[in-house]
Amino acid sequence: MTRAKMAKFLQTYAVLILIVILMGVLSFASDSFLTTRNLLNILNQNAPLAIMASAMTLVIIAGGFDLSVGAIFAIGSVVSAWLAVNVNPYLGLLLAPFVGLALGYANGLAITLLRVHSFLATIATALIFKGIAIALSDGRLISARIEGFTWLGRERFLGVFNAVWLMAIFALVLSFALTRTTFGRQVLSVGGNEEAAILSGIRTKRVKIATFAIAGFAAGLASIITTSRVALGQASAGEGMELQAIAAVILGGTSIYGGQGAVWRSVAGVFLLALVSNGFNILSLDPFLRDLTTGIIILAAVGISAMGQRR
Amino acid sequence: MNTGALLSLRGVGVRFGDVDVLSGVDLDIRPGEIHGLIGENGAGKSTLGKVIGGYYRATSGAISVDGRHQDRWDTPTALENGVAIMHQELQLVPALSVAQNVYLGLEENWFGLLRRSERSRLEMLMEDSGLRLDPDAPAASLTIAEQQKVEVLRALAREARVIVMDEPTAALSKTEVDQLHRIMRRLRSEGRSVVYVTHFLNDILEVTDKVTVLRNGELVKTGETADESKQSLVSAMLGGVKSETLYPPKPRDFGDVLLSVRDLKSPNGSNVERLDIRAGEIVGFAGLMGAGRTEIARAITGADPSTGTVEVAGKPLTERSIRAATEEGLVMVPEDRRGQGLVMTLPVRANISLPHLARFSRAGIVDKKGEWALAERLIDRFSVRPAIVDGDVSNYSGGNQQKVLIGKWLAGNPKVLILDEPSRGVDVGAREAIHAEIARLAREGVAILVISSEIDEVLGLATRVFLVDDGRLVDEIDPDEIGEAEVLAALFSHQGFKDSVA
Repeated sequence: MTRAKMAKFLQTYAVLILIVILMGVLSFASDSFLTTRNLLNILNQNAPLAIMASAMTLVIIAGGFDLSVGAIFAIGSVVSAWLAVNVNPYLGLLLAPFVGLALGYANGLAITLLRVHSFLATIATALIFKGIAIALSDGRLISARIEGFTWLGRERFLGVFNAVWLMAIFALVLSFALTRTTFGRQVLSVGGNEEAAILSGIRTKRVKIATFAIAGFAAGLASIITTSRVALGQASAGEGMELQAIAAVILGGTSIYGGQGAVWRSVAGVFLLALVSNGFNILSLDPFLRDLTTGIIILAAVGISAMGQRR
Repeated sequence: MNTGALLSLRGVGVRFGDVDVLSGVDLDIRPGEIHGLIGENGAGKSTLGKVIGGYYRATSGAISVDGRHQDRWDTPTALENGVAIMHQELQLVPALSVAQNVYLGLEENWFGLLRRSERSRLEMLMEDSGLRLDPDAPAASLTIAEQQKVEVLRALAREARVIVMDEPTAALSKTEVDQLHRIMRRLRSEGRSVVYVTHFLNDILEVTDKVTVLRNGELVKTGETADESKQSLVSAMLGGVKSETLYPPKPRDFGDVLLSVRDLKSPNGSNVERLDIRAGEIVGFAGLMGAGRTEIARAITGADPSTGTVEVAGKPLTERSIRAATEEGLVMVPEDRRGQGLVMTLPVRANISLPHLARFSRAGIVDKKGEWALAERLIDRFSVRPAIVDGDVSNYSGGNQQKVLIGKWLAGNPKVLILDEPSRGVDVGAREAIHAEIARLAREGVAILVISSEIDEVLGLATRVFLVDDGRLVDEIDPDEIGEAEVLAALFSHQGFKDSVA
């Protein structure tokens, strides 16, 4: 019993404990770490990934995996920049998240209609989406240095970057949805015991589709932040972000078997990874060691997650 | 101590959670005998078979082979000692051929490089055993009877001296069963032993040399099959004395018909012409394993597709889905609480409110207060222990999980309640609490259908009992007039009828 409780506690708070330790070490090792400027920068830089990881949490809790969010990010980048240049910058910012939503919905349909595992389905759709992004951009970079477009990623509101506000609001909304709404309860039950959910009258397919649609929307939202910040739309944007998002979710102790997890912990997972990177930069350590350290941290997190699963 | 037995069990017991499924079993398997294990559903015959094969570990008792005590009896040890088990769910690798399956794990190799000799080795083995199969056929293409042959060959390839067959005939036709019996006799003539787990009395009488009867996890008797008859086996399976469970008084005050089923047919084989249950009435379904009781219930509630009409309180269900049925007050408590009932990753509170989320929410936001109060009420009503609203249900005992599961479905104040195996695998205390609650609900005017493999339970609770076979209601009996032995005999005779048709 105490061992089970210990495992549960570790699974829940390991990521926070690691963040606190790491922040302590970095503050001690370097004067430039614990500054408002540095901390705000870390938040700002990682806001897009945190948004994607928040949504990925729901997908994984419902028992799925989404490997296509990086490619949706790329489409978002190309679409928003193209619209900004050719039509209207505000329309580009507004529309890209909804393009992501539609693509995520398509993912959900493919998974539930073809009855294939989401892992396989999203590998395929990722290639399709990537191809679309390349075709749309014609393989070129789309420069969008327009005031009406770049404000989102570059400017601040009440002293804090817009991106950080967006991330906070999005994560809070998803967290609320997961813990307080019937939808959240359905997500937890679909991942925890799909058969029981079906026999409880829950339309489990709709629930799964919804999680993928949200993940798509999040990828679109993350994409406009980054694209507006660099003022550049490109089909190669977002590469590898799906794996980073999954890593952050797992780091946060969300079970890869579904059924349990929390959005805030995934956000914390993103920042734990970010702190490791930041520490290496500040202390000018060998970048090879950075990947090594990140890998070890992720492996440890997976081990803790598996410990909690063994019942 | 050494009685010439190949394999001896002494005082073997198995405990799952807080339930003893097997206790104090002594058994000897001699070389060259076919030994039948028989008992009612849940008597422990399958569990005993799995213990012999090393698939389940005995929690108490001793196992010895050739008089040598075995400290650790698991599947590899059992195989080393020549004991193989043929599972009810056959374990073949579908993409490999028959020969490759038979020699799986025994491939002749040269530093890991396959010699590809399985085919010729199998030819020799088939020559010796008289079992014929195409060695190159992929396992996925085989019928169940052929797959069983592969399992037998696999056991022979491992030089098994004892082969445990766990309910091997469940999916076989009459001719295939005869063929399997011939294989058993052949094995016996070679000096090998077969442990034959089945609930078919005729098969036991036809082929076995010895028979062991189990009841409630205890061994009733072991004897020469030649000295037994259908009657003697049935009475041994049931026991001379009635089980000591006391049932609550049966409610007899019926109201209007609340559930009315007409011409229900479903692809899973249910075929119910007519079923009416009145308010306050408890109706029971009795049947053997695989008789289609659960399938009928699933068709009624809309868990499986079906044709025909289902009316709840005079109102036909137009949309046939669980959701629609729940809304009209028709609910089913499923039989498998781990697999189908509870979400083990959610706390008690969330499990109870799961089918009723629409009622306990406003604009999609869960009303935590209402949910909490509901969970508290049901925990109190069923005296669930521990009585924690947000308790981790995966750590609860079977009985308390079952209480939570039933509570989950009562939360919506149903008009019609179907209970599938309401007390499977729970302790006596929880069982009585559940029975009392069922009777109380009936008195409150709920129409109830109880499905149970324990005939005793159906007779003790219901005022009307249907015998179910092959997805049909084949007979209606008065549980106050007819005893358990007669019901069991009637079920076996219906089953016999099906056999002669097939």
